Amino acid sequence: MQHTLSVTVEDKPGVLARVSAMFSNRGFNIHSLAVGPTNVEGRSRITLVVDAPELEQLKKQLHKLVNVIKVQELEPSETLEAEVMLVRVSCDPASRGEVGDTAGLFAARMIDLSPKSMTLEISGTPDHLASFLDHVRPYGIIELVKSGRVAMKKKSDVSTSLIGGGTR
Amino acid sequence: MKKQPFTGSNSLLSSLEHEGVEMIFGIPGGAILPAYDPLLDSPIRHILARHEQGAGHMAEGYAMATGRVGVAMTTSGPGATNLITPLQNAKMDSTPLVAITGQVGTAAIGSDAFQEAYTTGLAMHCTKHSYLVTDADELPNVIHEAFHLASTGRPGPVLVDIPKDVLNQPTHWYEPSLTGLPGYKPTREGHPKQINAAIDLIESSERPVLYVGGGVINAGASTELAEFAVAVNAPVVTTLMARGAFPDDHPLALGMSGMHGTYPATTAIQKADVLVSLGARFDDRVTGKVDAFAPHAKVIHVDVDPAEIGKVRKAEVPIVGDARLILRALLDRVLSLRDAADAPTRQEWFDQLDSWRKSHPLSYDQDPDGPIKTQHFIERLHALTNGEAVVTAGVGQHQMWVSQFWKFSRPRSWINSGGLGTMGFAVPAAIGAKAARPDDLVYALDGDGCFQMTFQELITAATEDIPVKVAVFNNGGYGMVKQWQSLFYEGRISATSLGTTIPDYPNLAEAMGCVGLRVTHADQIDVTIEKSLSVNDRPVVVEVVTDPEEMCFPMIPAGGSNDDIAMGPEDL
Repeated sequence: MQHTLSVTVEDKPGVLARVSAMFSNRGFNIHSLAVGPTNVEGRSRITLVVDAPELEQLKKQLHKLVNVIKVQELEPSETLEAEVMLVRVSCDPASRGEVGDTAGLFAARMIDLSPKSMTLEISGTPDHLASFLDHVRPYGIIELVKSGRVAMKKKSDVSTSLIGGGTR
Repeated sequence: MKKQPFTGSNSLLSSLEHEGVEMIFGIPGGAILPAYDPLLDSPIRHILARHEQGAGHMAEGYAMATGRVGVAMTTSGPGATNLITPLQNAKMDSTPLVAITGQVGTAAIGSDAFQEAYTTGLAMHCTKHSYLVTDADELPNVIHEAFHLASTGRPGPVLVDIPKDVLNQPTHWYEPSLTGLPGYKPTREGHPKQINAAIDLIESSERPVLYVGGGVINAGASTELAEFAVAVNAPVVTTLMARGAFPDDHPLALGMSGMHGTYPATTAIQKADVLVSLGARFDDRVTGKVDAFAPHAKVIHVDVDPAEIGKVRKAEVPIVGDARLILRALLDRVLSLRDAADAPTRQEWFDQLDSWRKSHPLSYDQDPDGPIKTQHFIERLHALTNGEAVVTAGVGQHQMWVSQFWKFSRPRSWINSGGLGTMGFAVPAAIGAKAARPDDLVYALDGDGCFQMTFQELITAATEDIPVKVAVFNNGGYGMVKQWQSLFYEGRISATSLGTTIPDYPNLAEAMGCVGLRVTHADQIDVTIEKSLSVNDRPVVVEVVTDPEEMCFPMIPAGGSNDDIAMGPEDL
């Protein structure tokens, strides 16, 4: 089963290596990984999608790494997540219009065009990207690259309940 | 003369002195050279090992004998790679260690420079944490953090890799702080709700067992353990790492459990209804087949490392924290509910344990005219030293026999390689222990196979005036491996015979500046031991020529259920 973990770490050299080394050492499987700075100086966020039957031991082993500050498991129902994908679709001037229309429906952006292909950039939830791929696959996918997944916890339900509580 | 600037090397030595370091075990070399200069003017004693692995094990022996952080210092490249075994050993046995390694200059890192190795990368899997210091101004904080990490929470090895130009960089020393560890906050106090739940379970138990691991020794909790065991009236099993945490002559003591444990200890756990694990980690040598381990027991698991809880065995009552504080809290809770004298008697349980003690004792047969049994020598040494020696061991049959037949009475009197099973540990570890506790008798009990891996450190012992004593049980081979070949490979003995005549151990010992003795007959054991004890100005090596056919029992074959204990080869 896939789980999404948001791991806050110290922004220091070698931290990502320590995290990935722990995964290989302990036999855990990483499905996707994205790392980048946060709004707090000196802190980075690693978003991990992992395949694991249960997370408890994995979370504890992450916590055991000295540079790991916080480990948060993100439940699908309360998580905002996004991936970025670049996809080069085979198309000639005749089919260009259809591919462009599909891209428009999915809010994908054309970033490169050649006589035989169109390269599109799309971001969104994994489902959104998968659905887009289903629609352009028939034209022929020449090349594809996808980022790791980034995620954070949703806050909107909290504000809704506050409104419901009559605080306004 | 121009005043020398204060450099990273000076800062390193100032930091080590600030941490209270009294000795360093090490070997110099190109990249660490700058640090060895201010060492000349420092009150810190340097003990010059003959191999970096030896330096690392000495630092471990020092740490295990004292509870303080052991320090090893080596150069880059091979100096660092030779430290890998001690680092992993210290990680597995939770021994506080700080390793300082030199590194090639910052500009040369990554260029495959002379004596370059990616030390922090190599150390990633075998340390609790590691540092590459790129600015000498960081040294006071980094060294302080390294000692803090090594000695708190679950203790372990920390490596600090320092490039040569950083050691030469002008800098200043300042009072260090721990502000750089935002993610490191080990839990010390047990949760009160869990403490109460644990006591409820223990009080209502009919067949409790306290399963005690090395964490109790690390936490300095032997006194609390003894009070607690009596207060709840529960028998005590000690793991290999915990030998000495609870006195073997105590009426509640069952000895060691597991693969070569005593029948009563292993079987008590199998029949227990409540198993209280204190600083132990359900190692495979203890559990045997995990699914068949302690099948009737509810588990209370006390550990300072949360990742140990639930790793191997589900715990009904997990308690994270320091074993000493938790034992104190458990004791307070019991005594708040009733008087100490009102502990449940559990007569049936203790009668059962006694009957197992009588029906399945540890045994061996020393024929007065036959070859020496290692077990017999161990018992005679215990008798002639009143059990007051600090003993170290290598790995294999002799290690198991020491654990079985030496009656331990105090913590930190048993120093061995448990988790990693590092052959060759005994001699250097004994040197570290003796350097730390010069007034105590330190006796390494070693096998011939182990001895041949690290004996050159006796040159260190002789030249550094560290008069350890070593008994080498010479059965002419790798006894434990040979035992497995005999039992599980139809007696096909492959590459486990070393021969009994080469080397000539007493001559080898004399050549290294030690006194060399040999004993071949049982009736000469006492006089030889007395002779070894009478020498105090030099190390002593006693070659004990032992029975090559003797096997170590009880035994549970690897992966077998702990219900199936073989008391001898006929049971396999």
